[in-house]
Amino acid sequence: MLSNQELAKIAKRVRRNIIKMVTDAKSGHIGGAFSATEIAVSLYFNEMNITKENLNNLSRDKFVLSKGHASALLFAVLSEKGFLPEEELLTFRKINSRLQGHPNMNYVQGVDMSTGSLGQGLSTAVGMALSYKIHNEDFRVYSVVGDGESEEGQIWEAAMAAAHFKLDNLCAVLDMNGLQIDGDVTVVMNPFPLDEKFKAFGWHVICVDGHDYDQLHDAYAEARTVKGKPTMIIAKTVKGKGVSFMENDYMWHGVAPSAEQAEAALKELED
Amino acid sequence: MAKMATREAYGKALAQLIVEDKKIVVLDADLSKSTKTADAKAVCPERHFNVGIAEGNMMGVAAGLASCGNTVFASSFAMFATGRAYEQVRNSIGYTHLNVKICATHAGITLGEDGASHQSIEDIALMRAIPGMIVIQPCDDIETKQVIQAISKVNGPCYVRLGRSAVDTVNNEEYVFELGKGSVLRKGNDITLIATGMMVQQALLAANTLSEHGVEVSVINIHTIKPLDESLILEYAMKSKLVVTCEEHSKFGGLGSAVAETLSKNYPVKMAMVAVNDTFGESGTPNALIEKYGLTAKDIVKTVLESI
Repeated sequence: MLSNQELAKIAKRVRRNIIKMVTDAKSGHIGGAFSATEIAVSLYFNEMNITKENLNNLSRDKFVLSKGHASALLFAVLSEKGFLPEEELLTFRKINSRLQGHPNMNYVQGVDMSTGSLGQGLSTAVGMALSYKIHNEDFRVYSVVGDGESEEGQIWEAAMAAAHFKLDNLCAVLDMNGLQIDGDVTVVMNPFPLDEKFKAFGWHVICVDGHDYDQLHDAYAEARTVKGKPTMIIAKTVKGKGVSFMENDYMWHGVAPSAEQAEAALKELED
Repeated sequence: MAKMATREAYGKALAQLIVEDKKIVVLDADLSKSTKTADAKAVCPERHFNVGIAEGNMMGVAAGLASCGNTVFASSFAMFATGRAYEQVRNSIGYTHLNVKICATHAGITLGEDGASHQSIEDIALMRAIPGMIVIQPCDDIETKQVIQAISKVNGPCYVRLGRSAVDTVNNEEYVFELGKGSVLRKGNDITLIATGMMVQQALLAANTLSEHGVEVSVINIHTIKPLDESLILEYAMKSKLVVTCEEHSKFGGLGSAVAETLSKNYPVKMAMVAVNDTFGESGTPNALIEKYGLTAKDIVKTVLESI
């Protein structure tokens, strides 16, 4: 287990790389990448068993970024894990790059599912968890879902199936940053209360602060003890977390910063 | 002549395969008695899953299962497998190139009495447009069995189009299905009929009638619509005055379009299409429907005689 201080250092490097990637590409999604940074870093470094040695295995712990537009986050974390050369990060969203705008599993080892079309990732995570149940394989499946994404009907089809198939090896984290492209989720199309909805669909639900490593680690540990049902960790997060002028502003959902804004952001993200 | 629906043959073939191959997982969306995956469930309930009436989720679950090394057969009616779940098939199965076999039944208008809401006449067009998707439509029970066996050995996405109604068996027990290779069922020097699915039987009947009119036709069964057997089609087009495609599908984007794409590029020759016009179907018996919508041997004969 890495300490919270070590995780915080990794998260800072991840956020810096995301700023650099999106600025250089003049395209990408910073807000929803920053809201899920602690979630992804804690999963990859302290929870999931995904290593260079088992990376190519068809069966191992798996991660599905259902909110695939946070691709810069996934690539930056895979780079921290040593699965992707750091210098390649600046090819993000450019022609001939492996690092597509939304993740492609056939281009990058360590991307466990191609995602981007919202609502589809959680269903694939259900399929993976079901596979491990069928073949009695002791692996776990993790998926990060957006709160805006939960407006997709397919999320609820997947939720129904995960509970029906008793997939206690599935642990999803809902990145509840409260914003989507067009604005506040409660204004665009209110998906709340998500905790009660997932409970009603038969999930074990844990509510945490999505930027607090202790709470996240406790939730992952609790999810491992749950039998007969999947777990949904509802993580309250801040969109754009880590850069003051990006926080809680939906304008930063999918807009690249100018050179000056990037410089100011990187300054805030210094160690 | 023996008669069996291709969906029946699918159910039997899958029930045999699922026992032999532990990597096969079958998904269905509350239609297992109609799609006949219930046969596989009867012999191997531990690898057959009903996902309920949720076709979009079924395709995603199929993709997830396939990403862990399973060979997944996912079944529903063609309307829902390719229409309702189009984008899930496109992004979670096509774009990922995962090992999912979408075996969709009740395709075309011969689904019958359920009517236009359930009659898929656009599915070949939709599936053919997805990069890397193999598209197959077997014409009878013998071919279906071999198709299912063959695709279980292919690593990648496949769409198999199956029918509800019983059709005559055209192939004999010596028949060998080869993916991507059209099957020549009759040779004649004047005209070539290129048919797929239940229209193969109609094309063979039409060939008999045309022969009585002194017109000798070749009949090619194109079971694999993608990748298309271009060299065989070209070979026969070059010795024909006319090529007529026959399919239980819309005139837009199906077999006729695929053949036209090839011939217009390589050897423009006079073509006609026997297919469903730009219209929806309706309720009725399969026979009443193929008559009204112009998919009988008589319609093929008429098209040929009018075109030469």
